[in-house]
Amino acid sequence: MVEALRGALAEEMERDANVIVIGEDIGRLGGVFRVTDGLLERFGRDRVIDAPLAEGGIVGTAIGMAMHGLRPVVEIQFADFIYPAFDQLVNEAAKMRYRSGAQFAVPMVVRAPAGGGIKGGHYHSQSPEAYFAHTPGLKVYYPASPNDARAMLLEAIRDPDPVIFFEPKRVYRAVREPREDYEVRERARILRPGEDISCISYGASIYECLEAAEAAARRGIEVEIIDLRSLIPLDEETLDRSVRHTGRALIVHEAPLTGGYGGELVAGIVERNFAWLRARPMRVAGIDAPFPYALELEALPSARRILLAIEALMRESEEALPQTVFGDARDSRQGGLAAARTEDREPKNDSGVKKGDEDSVEGAMEIK
Amino acid sequence: MGGTIAVERILGEGGALIREPLLRIERRFVVYEAMLRQRRFDTIMMRAQRQGRIGFHLGSEGEEAAILGVAEALADTDFLVPCYRESAALFHRGFPIESFVDQSVGNARDVNRGRQMPVHFSSADHRCLSVSAPIGTQIPHAVGVGYAAKMRDERIAVAVFFGDGATSSQGFHEGLTLAAALEVPVVFFCRNNRYAISLPVEEQCRAETLVDKAVGYGIPAYRVDGDDVLAVHFRACKALAEARSARRPIFIELLTYRRGAHSSSDDPTRYRSEVPPRDPIQIFRDHLYTLEAFDEEAIGRRIDAFDRDLRAMLRRAEAAPKPSIESIVEGVYAKPTRTQLRQLEAIQAAREL
Repeated sequence: MVEALRGALAEEMERDANVIVIGEDIGRLGGVFRVTDGLLERFGRDRVIDAPLAEGGIVGTAIGMAMHGLRPVVEIQFADFIYPAFDQLVNEAAKMRYRSGAQFAVPMVVRAPAGGGIKGGHYHSQSPEAYFAHTPGLKVYYPASPNDARAMLLEAIRDPDPVIFFEPKRVYRAVREPREDYEVRERARILRPGEDISCISYGASIYECLEAAEAAARRGIEVEIIDLRSLIPLDEETLDRSVRHTGRALIVHEAPLTGGYGGELVAGIVERNFAWLRARPMRVAGIDAPFPYALELEALPSARRILLAIEALMRESEEALPQTVFGDARDSRQGGLAAARTEDREPKNDSGVKKGDEDSVEGAMEIK
Repeated sequence: MGGTIAVERILGEGGALIREPLLRIERRFVVYEAMLRQRRFDTIMMRAQRQGRIGFHLGSEGEEAAILGVAEALADTDFLVPCYRESAALFHRGFPIESFVDQSVGNARDVNRGRQMPVHFSSADHRCLSVSAPIGTQIPHAVGVGYAAKMRDERIAVAVFFGDGATSSQGFHEGLTLAAALEVPVVFFCRNNRYAISLPVEEQCRAETLVDKAVGYGIPAYRVDGDDVLAVHFRACKALAEARSARRPIFIELLTYRRGAHSSSDDPTRYRSEVPPRDPIQIFRDHLYTLEAFDEEAIGRRIDAFDRDLRAMLRRAEAAPKPSIESIVEGVYAKPTRTQLRQLEAIQAAREL
């Protein structure tokens, strides 16, 4: 992936003299991951800027550059060090076009290696995408494969909006593939088709999902793997089509569970596709703890944890009596809380569902 | 360190000139009138705020010389990167005051489309960047604009304004660090008005002067009496010219005093009681009285006419329609997202209820 990113940067710098790169140790050293290796020699120090250690200043300066005709690509050495630039990203870059009535815009890319699994501990492993996904005005890209990274970086640099571009550093050197040119255009991609479960992920976790899907297939469960690639904007269409087909959704990400982007995905999936769901959506996420050093593989969503969730999803949806929207149908037979809720809702229900009529309830759930 | 840098002055006792100014005599009258107009503008807008006609105002009473001395020195091609107290500089570049009033009301005619609270102005046509409320964040933007101008081989300077309070902010320290390292044509104008809302400058910083901070970053620094408009203009002209030709940053501390409240939301009697120093408008007027061509009456008549015009502008701004409901999602991204459009539909449905 490192070569794919470097190629994309060089290609854009070649194509457009306004594209510049700025960051810490990106020139002489070529970046701590060598993504910008060779760019200084090729494009000179005016366009490949070794910046002092000041992430807020670097991003703020890049915003100014973007407001006067340049197309800056910032490298934040590790996503864990992006926080000093948070104010500039959230309060300045994200709001610039809106607040100025489109007089100004910030066509800027902020690249940040993210994610764990490289023995990086607290400060070289984080996945902070949710902070940025929560800010209107920022786009959030998170490629998982070299060819996607290449295509998406080209598109991000040409994009008129600021893009936070997370790179799964665990994949930097681990994954290679023959170069292929195509467009991503903020669409999710189905990496593996499947009938039973829609497994939605992004970044390095995609590979654990694929591994888990292989194992599940041996047990007769076909998992559809969706790589979001772009978190903001979100390709709801691809997501919803898959979820409506399988009726089961599993979200996987490295970032901690609480407040993670998976929560937003689950909420949106439920809001838009409630009647198609056959089981509660599930999340497999990073542990709610500062990213641990010695137990990092345990903290990350492993293929095993994903497989367990896949099996639990299948078991729950198959074992359950008709799973109503208000809980288990058994409750309604016993006239419990669920029945009461069904009654409350009845006058507005246009699907013909009657109180205690499990078959009708099931019927409503089976619409596809 | 900075204490050894003399405070530059041109206007002496009784309006006498200590040294020859760069501002031509006929332009002195123009700048004086702009200072008076700004004072009247702030008075009326502050009153409109008190009457509930606009939600907020932030004036520049006492700092007109510091702001307009710089504005007068700017070339049209130079960039102005404001803090938020520099509306006078924007007006001096030709931005219509009526447009500012529209922004303060937040109507459909506002160039910002009603997105920001009053005084958060911007004008690409006048090379004036967009005001935001976080302190010091605009300083690195100025560095970036300067860098872009240098890379594109434009002979322009960038003037960035901020107050004494901002010299404690991240944007200041990181911005000056980068400005020095990248050698950009940026002039940093620090309006030291003695207060960061309520905190006196002496309690913000234990260095002898604020100039010490710039010296620490290796940026040449000057101290100017910010209430002496001729001195401000003189040093601004020199610094901007040097930035344009030598392409390097310069720091100027403008020593002034915020005579009014920080904003319409502030009550300065809670934290200060000193007698304010002499008004920069009076200081300048003393000098203009020594000039034969000074027609104070004519200027007074024009200011009174402006007073009436401004009231009419307020009435027109209030009568103008609010921004369209669709504009609530427009321009967050170049193209609205599906989620935004769904949210917009929900708002529209609720309005039609």
